[in-house]
Amino acid sequence: MTDQPPAARPLDPPRLVTGGPLLRASGLRKCYGSIVAVAAVDLEIYPGETVGIVGESGSGKSTVLRLLNLEEPADAGDYRLAVPEGAGGNLFTLDRYHRRMLRVQRIGIVYQQPHLGLRMNATSGGNVAERLIMAGERRFAALRAAARGSLAVSEFPAERVDDPPAQLSGGMQQRVQLAKAIALRPALLLLDEPTTGLDVSIQALVLDTLLRLRREQPIATLIVSHDLGVIRTLADRVLVMRAGRVVEHGLTDQVLEDPQHPYTQQLVHARL
Amino acid sequence: MDLLVVEALAKRFTIHALAREVVAFDAVSFTLRAGQLLLVRGPNGVGKSSLLRCLYRTYLPDAGRALYASTRGPIDLVRAADPDIALLRREEIGHVTQFLRPRPRVSALDLVAEPLIVAGVAPAEARRVAGERLDELGVKRAIWSAFPTTFSGGEQQKVNLARALIAPRRLVLLDEPTAALDPRARDALRERVAALKAEGVALIGVFHHVEDIAGLVDDEIVLQTPT
Repeated sequence: MTDQPPAARPLDPPRLVTGGPLLRASGLRKCYGSIVAVAAVDLEIYPGETVGIVGESGSGKSTVLRLLNLEEPADAGDYRLAVPEGAGGNLFTLDRYHRRMLRVQRIGIVYQQPHLGLRMNATSGGNVAERLIMAGERRFAALRAAARGSLAVSEFPAERVDDPPAQLSGGMQQRVQLAKAIALRPALLLLDEPTTGLDVSIQALVLDTLLRLRREQPIATLIVSHDLGVIRTLADRVLVMRAGRVVEHGLTDQVLEDPQHPYTQQLVHARL
Repeated sequence: MDLLVVEALAKRFTIHALAREVVAFDAVSFTLRAGQLLLVRGPNGVGKSSLLRCLYRTYLPDAGRALYASTRGPIDLVRAADPDIALLRREEIGHVTQFLRPRPRVSALDLVAEPLIVAGVAPAEARRVAGERLDELGVKRAIWSAFPTTFSGGEQQKVNLARALIAPRRLVLLDEPTAALDPRARDALRERVAALKAEGVALIGVFHHVEDIAGLVDDEIVLQTPT
C-alpha cells in the first residue's frame, strides 16, 4: 500500500469564501531523534470552520496539534495566524515572550488528559481565572465574573466553581478545560481527543457544548481524534494522517463516504 | 435564469482492496432553473442517489461539470474547493436524505430550529417556525421537547425533513424524502415543495412514489444502467 494519493484531486483554489484562512501552516516537520513524527503537513482553517485530524496512534496527529499550540519548536515549516499578534510572520520564529502572549490571547487548547491543561488542586474557577490573569486582568471581581461566565458557557455547574478538578469527574474536568480555553475568546481552539475515555452520555454532552459554542463564536477549531463519530459530528473538513503525512483530505462526509486513498478506505471500513 | 447546468457528469468508485472499479453513473447532463423541480428516475442501483451526492459533494465526481450560479458568482461544483462547498452547504444548497443521525441530547424542536438560528434568526422565532413545521408534518406537540434518538423511524424522518427544509436554500436535493412517511406527512411535504418552488427554490428529487409530487415536476431525467 502506497502513501501517495491515487490521483491528485484537481480542485480549484477557493473563490467563494471571502477573506483568507485564519490559520495557514505549510511544510510542518518534527522529528524526535531518528523518528519522523510529522513529515510534511500543510493545513488551512477558515474562520468559523472546524477541521478534524484522524489517524492511528503514532500517525503524528497530536504532534501537529502541539506544534500549532507553539508548545514545542518545529524542525521546519511556516505557521501563520491572521491575528494582530501574529504580525503576518511565521509564528515559529517568535521569541518566547511574544509566543506566550499569542498563546494566551489567541489559542485555547483542551487536552485528552486534564492534568496537562489544569492545576488539579486549584479551584476550577481559579484555573479559568488564571488565563485572564496571564492576559493582564487584575481586578478580583472582574476575574471572578469572567471565570463564572466562561464556566457557564461550557455548562459547568455554578455550585462547583470552588471545587478543584481533582475532585471532579472526567466530563466535568473537560468542561473546566474548555472554559479555560475559551475564557479569552480565542481565534483558534485546539482539541486533543476531548471526549476519549468519557462515558458515551458525557461525550454527547461535551460534543453538544462544543457545537453550541461554535454557533455562538466564529472560532476556528482543530480537533484531533481517532473516533470517526466525533469527527463526523464536529468537523466540516478532515485530514487523514498516516506515518507523519496527510494521505487524504476533504469534506468530512466525503472522506467518510467516498474515501479515495487505500488507507482511508481501510480506516473507514474498519469502523464498527 | 439557469441555476445549475450539468454536463457529462460521471462517477465511478475505485475499491482498492478489491482492485475494482464500479461505475455509479455516466454522462449525465441537464439544466435546472430557479423554481423548477427535476425528477431523477431509473431502476434501483442506477446511481440516482449517487448523482445527488455528487452534486452535494459527499461523493467526488470523476468527470464532467456542474456549473452552479451561486449568489457569490458562478462555480463548478465538480472542481470547487472544499471550503467553498462548505460555504454553499451553509448558505445555499440543502440535501435531504432518508438517513437521519439525530444528535443525542437535543430535542426535536431544537434540532429543527438549529439551521434557522445558524442562519441568523432569533432563537424564539426559529423555535416558533420549527413548531409550525413539525405540526404540518403531524409530529405531536407532546414530543417536541423529547429526543428524536428515541423516536420511531417515521417520526425521526419527519424531524429530519423539517430540519432539512427549514433554512432558506436556493437548491434542494431530495433523496427519497417520503420513503418512511405516513399519508398526512406526504401531503405536507408536497405542499412544502410547492411553496419552495413558488419562492424560486430549485429542487432535484429521487422519489420512490412519484405520485407524491404529481403535478409539481417540471422536467425529468432517466438514468440508464451503466455499461
